[in-house]
Amino acid sequence: MMSTGRRLADVVLAPLSGVTMLLALYMVFVYVPSDKVQGIVQRIFYFHVPLAILTFVAFGLVALASALFLWRGTRFWDRLAHSAAEVGMMFCTLMLVTGTIWARPIWGTWWTWDARLTSALILWLIYAAYLMLREFSATSDQAARYAAVLGIVGSIDIPIINRAVYWWRTIHPAVLVTREGGSGLEDPRMQATLLVSFLAFAALLGWLLWVRNESARLHDEVEVLHQQLLAEHER
Amino acid sequence: MFALLWKDLQIEFRTKETLASLLMLGLLTLLILSFAFDPMSELRGEAAPAVLWVVVIFAGVLGINRSFLTERENECLHGLLLAPVDRGTIYLAKVAGNVLFMVAAQLIVGPIFVLFFNLPLTLALLRLAAVVLLGLIGFAAVGSLFAAIAVRTRAREVMLPLLLLPLAVPVLIAGVKASDRILAGKTLGDVSQWLHLLLGFDLVFLVVGWLLFEYAVEE
Repeated sequence: MMSTGRRLADVVLAPLSGVTMLLALYMVFVYVPSDKVQGIVQRIFYFHVPLAILTFVAFGLVALASALFLWRGTRFWDRLAHSAAEVGMMFCTLMLVTGTIWARPIWGTWWTWDARLTSALILWLIYAAYLMLREFSATSDQAARYAAVLGIVGSIDIPIINRAVYWWRTIHPAVLVTREGGSGLEDPRMQATLLVSFLAFAALLGWLLWVRNESARLHDEVEVLHQQLLAEHER
Repeated sequence: MFALLWKDLQIEFRTKETLASLLMLGLLTLLILSFAFDPMSELRGEAAPAVLWVVVIFAGVLGINRSFLTERENECLHGLLLAPVDRGTIYLAKVAGNVLFMVAAQLIVGPIFVLFFNLPLTLALLRLAAVVLLGLIGFAAVGSLFAAIAVRTRAREVMLPLLLLPLAVPVLIAGVKASDRILAGKTLGDVSQWLHLLLGFDLVFLVVGWLLFEYAVEE
């Protein structure tokens, strides 16, 4: 089972991500036409949107794996939740960074308290706290259980936050109502570019998850061996 | 559950630690924040709801953290866990205790808040109290779950605010917005949207906390 998993990850996902990433770079910088309204800046969209969608996929996986861990108690689910949180955190950070780079020329400001931006930032904060909680727990069993509780509570909280900030911004005049308003993606070349870019990042996510998960598994194995050695030594 | 609640209340009657510290912290926060705003400026009225909730947060985090620190000090939590009660019941008792302490503190801090900020002393106070109460319940529901976790981590004191504050964002948004409107003379019906959010949040997190608490306290 492990060898097929490894083959899938290293032989399929890694090269797939590499090739599609290069293709996506070519498409974004050379092939796709510039947006009429926003000009060249709009091209960051092809990185920003896949990152945003995959951030949600990764954090969704954290919640799912957390629930399965509390239910089943297998280390596998805990490792998966941990890996997904770390990789998701990276995607989330890149999503926020690409977003601000886009916002500066288009909105004239790096940051605005728009509904989506606010909920994305709070999402980032919750999972930053998640990773800190793991670091600060006394034992790895404790870390796993506590993190799973937070993973589940966080996943319930995020839709509520999202609703709250939308209400909040619909009552107050919104700084900007829609982000892609007016531009759209009618051009099939734009759609193709977005699709290739999404595929590149999705494969990257899968591969990073695999690598991170493997390293967590080996870490657990080493820990078990270490305990055994200590026990033998004491005898 | 009432026995557990009674135990916390009795400890409090004897030591008066939590309530006294909640009160002092609330008053100090209020004082410092009111220095920050010019008494003559229009801004003062605008800032009032935000100040109210900052006071609630500060006092709330401190109080909730304390509620589990005392359990930890003499390994009382072990005793509690050995008692033949459902873990969820322990959680609900803790939430109830925390809400009561915070309400008690607010009963004294609230009028002083009105005084400092020169707010109209009308029925708005009752409406405001309803909003604050709903907010406190939500805050205590999330806080009591994570306080049980936070006391056993290494960075005990900072861990609770780190976990609680991002998760309590909906409570804060709804609380600030609803109190803002009420202070502007609106009725509860006008802020029903925010009240629904608060109510929903409270219910969801009471249930989630009740279900997950056993994983948070298990050794």
